[in-house]
Amino acid sequence: MNKYFKVTTKTIVATGLGAAIFMLLFMYVKIPSPIPETSFQTAYGISAFFATIYGPIAGGLIGFIGHGLSDALQYGSPWWSWVIASGLSSFIFGFAYKNTGVEDGEFKGQDIVKFNIIQVIGNIIAWMIVAPVLDIVIYAEPVKLVFAQGGIAVIMNSISAGVIGTFFLIAYSATRTKKGSISKK
Amino acid sequence: MNNQPIIEFSDFTFQYYSQSEPTLHNINLKIYPGEKILIVGPSGSGKSTLGHCLNGLIPFSYKGDISGSLKIDGLETKELDIFKLSKSIGTVLQDSDGQFVGLTVGEDIAFSLENDNVKNSIMRERVEEVSRMVDMNNFLTSSPYDLSGGQKQRTALAGVMIDDVDVLLFDEPLANLDPSTGKKAIEIIDSIHKESKKTIIIIEHRLEDVLHQDIDRVILINDGRILADMNPHELVSSSVLVDNGIREPLYITALKYAGVKVNEKMMPGYIWSLKIEDKDNKILNWHKSIKEEKIILESNSFLRVEDISFSYTSKRKVLEEISFDIKEGEMVSIVGKNGAGKSTLSKIICGFEKQSKGNIYYKNNNIKDMTIKERAEIIGFVMQNPNQMISENMIYDEIALGLRLRNINEDEIKEKVDKVLKICGLSPFVDWPISALSYGQKKRVTIATILALDPKIIILDEPTAGQDYKHYSEIMEFLKEINSLGITVIFITHDMHLMLEYTKRAIVLSDGKIIADDKPSVILTDKNIIDNANLKETSLFNLAQIVGIEDETKFVQGFIDYERSVGFLNEK
Amino acid sequence: MKNNLFSYNLVDTPIHRLSGLTKLIAFLLLTFAVMFSYDIRVIICVMIFSFYILKVSQIKFSQIKLMVIYVGLFLITNTIITYLFSPEEGVGIYGTRHEIVHLIGRYSLTMEQIFYQTTKFLKYASVIPLGIIFLLTTNPSEFASSLNRVGVNYKAAYAVALTLRYFPDIQREYVDISLAQQARGLDLSSKAKLKDRFKNALLIIVPLIFSTMDRIELISNAMDLRGFGKCKTRTWYNSKSMNKGDFIAIGISILIFIGTILVSIFINKSRFYNPFI
Repeated sequence: MNKYFKVTTKTIVATGLGAAIFMLLFMYVKIPSPIPETSFQTAYGISAFFATIYGPIAGGLIGFIGHGLSDALQYGSPWWSWVIASGLSSFIFGFAYKNTGVEDGEFKGQDIVKFNIIQVIGNIIAWMIVAPVLDIVIYAEPVKLVFAQGGIAVIMNSISAGVIGTFFLIAYSATRTKKGSISKK
Repeated sequence: MNNQPIIEFSDFTFQYYSQSEPTLHNINLKIYPGEKILIVGPSGSGKSTLGHCLNGLIPFSYKGDISGSLKIDGLETKELDIFKLSKSIGTVLQDSDGQFVGLTVGEDIAFSLENDNVKNSIMRERVEEVSRMVDMNNFLTSSPYDLSGGQKQRTALAGVMIDDVDVLLFDEPLANLDPSTGKKAIEIIDSIHKESKKTIIIIEHRLEDVLHQDIDRVILINDGRILADMNPHELVSSSVLVDNGIREPLYITALKYAGVKVNEKMMPGYIWSLKIEDKDNKILNWHKSIKEEKIILESNSFLRVEDISFSYTSKRKVLEEISFDIKEGEMVSIVGKNGAGKSTLSKIICGFEKQSKGNIYYKNNNIKDMTIKERAEIIGFVMQNPNQMISENMIYDEIALGLRLRNINEDEIKEKVDKVLKICGLSPFVDWPISALSYGQKKRVTIATILALDPKIIILDEPTAGQDYKHYSEIMEFLKEINSLGITVIFITHDMHLMLEYTKRAIVLSDGKIIADDKPSVILTDKNIIDNANLKETSLFNLAQIVGIEDETKFVQGFIDYERSVGFLNEK
Repeated sequence: MKNNLFSYNLVDTPIHRLSGLTKLIAFLLLTFAVMFSYDIRVIICVMIFSFYILKVSQIKFSQIKLMVIYVGLFLITNTIITYLFSPEEGVGIYGTRHEIVHLIGRYSLTMEQIFYQTTKFLKYASVIPLGIIFLLTTNPSEFASSLNRVGVNYKAAYAVALTLRYFPDIQREYVDISLAQQARGLDLSSKAKLKDRFKNALLIIVPLIFSTMDRIELISNAMDLRGFGKCKTRTWYNSKSMNKGDFIAIGISILIFIGTILVSIFINKSRFYNPFI
């Protein structure tokens, strides 16, 4: 278990800069979805990517700080239940850390499946369970409403994390290719 | 005291785990307390690796095999950790933006004390004291966005001096600075050396700029080996610089062109120590023998900027009534200090920003209503950092991207991409992932992506920033070839060599206004313009004065003409 | 382009003079108080109090206009969907049913629902001024040290400081990259199809991420070289010491927090204030 939770200076810097990118995307780069009033948050693709490269601590903090600061900037105050869920989902994404071959330039078939299973589990726990429960406990929101929202969030965020996260991991693993393996034409 | 070295490499070899060959071979080097050392070498020579070994990043962050010994203050570094080392060696990194982690100057200077749990009141006193040494005490609450490159670097310097280290290590301190700020940086390092008696190590490939002030010894590294360990006079008199792809000082090149045999007795290490003795006649004769190159460029207006003004807020104008006319096939530099409006001007030309007043004409047609995308087919823009432009994994796809986004059919795309690959010399790498390319090759890829759209004009933002002489020459010669294909090239730069050697015209911006539009030789010998644009005078100007030539501009121009006609091409 | 993340500006007011730590503690206590309570009387009291503090801090409307619009939109949407999903929520909470008018199908308007939704609306609305006060009167430099002093691990707190430090840089880089990609023909308008939008977003994010990863390496080297993380704790250059004003402010916040809880326990005997029984 220890391998997941080692914190180096790099983890902290990756967290700080990752959260800054998360914020930027969270506020400005959303792709509208066919369902009104919802959108694909590209930010979750980034937190999934960073979590896989730098571990669950970095991932979790990126989601938490990034979402918290974005809310603060846009609404004046964070919506705690969702901020916590963002942090938790990105934390769970981090269990893909050192579980795939991405650092060795191999991110194919099995690794993609593994990453996506982890990512979907993280989204389900965070958005189908934790966010709605916190919404009810903290804000006493109507039960039906919060679970409906949670369901949509799971789908949307799984698509974002799946499409964008997978894409980035493939692109990143390509940069890790050993130099010896290529030759001039 | 002085016979005990503060730094001692003996038979030191280092190999990164990821590499098949050692990066440093059998290094033997002693540095004594209070010395001021310059380490020069081309990119990839191992000079940065040597720096990393000194400050502990090797093996703390970069793993590898070490053999032999490296002692600092008599202690073997293998037994020290990076934190202990950082108490005796302070490192000022090349990228002062990266080193500046605090939200304000004060915080950043205090960073190391914060990590040592120093009490707040003591911290404030120390910060005040150290910031005074680098003249930043009036900026303690400024944020990094409000500072110039030079100020950020001085903050970084204060941030390492606060630990009262014995050795100051500067990793390419000139890389991100304009000429005048770079000159000041070298002066500050010198005054700190004189006042504090600290040992100073400067890693830099821009030899002439560092030799603005005294240096005790210059160590030349190439291929991981120390090839020279001499004083500056000895070094510039030898052939070791040219042999290893380091640019020698311009006045030395001029002396050589004039047929003067440079030797140590002339004290040629610094322009201010140079003694010409009885050789001035030789130089004069050479100067007179140069035929003036005629400028015959008088084609029609190609890109004309008329009365452009721009401001972000109503208060301060970023650009004020800018007008110039660039002819077809020209190579032009736009220079000026940071914040003078150079980038804004290029953004307006490309349509990224909209001018508040004025017009831009391409072949006498107003391009006001053209979109960014449409303008891109006339004017291409190459960003400074190639990593900011590359979004595909393979070279072919990257170059094809702009064409695909324009819905051109794949056959035609292939034809165009192949042509561009050939022009850019990238055909052999077509199956490579871009990540496997060197920085210079990536730069070529980004230029290729722009060329694929068949623009008539290319604007390049600092194309040679951070490049050593060899890569600088490669990129510039490549651009010269592109230019010879009929493409007009505009550089945004503060590289004086680039300006002087590759462009026949420079437009100088200062505070949003054009203060000069003339030959580089005129600009670089005009004190007024030099001061306003943060440039510095070329050493050729000083040489002309030493020899007693009254028209220094003509001398500088003569040097360029001579170089263009003979020497420069032969060197390649 | 905005350089500073929050439009923090230094005005000399009693609120600005408080240490960041105090403001963080007060913000947390007060927001948790209103988040916990569903008593409209308590909420209105806190709301009046927070508007008073907003006035004392001399925050101008122009500074918060955008936030007010966002919050307004959010509150209206929330009100509508809450009603759509759960028109009888109030009835369930208060246990009585006073129907005013029947609308359509399962939708009717009840006193209980109106009361529940008004309470909720005010509850959310009252948190906002508190957040705004905290953000706009706290020097960003003090933020990380305050987090650390309320018990957040200093490394995590420093990650927040780094986010604040590098967000403007990353924002600028994003804009530059996006312009360069538009010049290559990227269509960022809403005309593009859903699939293309994903692709186009990626074309901008890719260079941003990879150049940021280079940067991460560089910055962490710089921080290692200056001893980050070598001790279990660290001090902060910008942390203000606590004065009388700070203790008074924390005292008031604690009183409001405890008061709210006491009202719930002893007067309402639940989180909800029920006027219908």
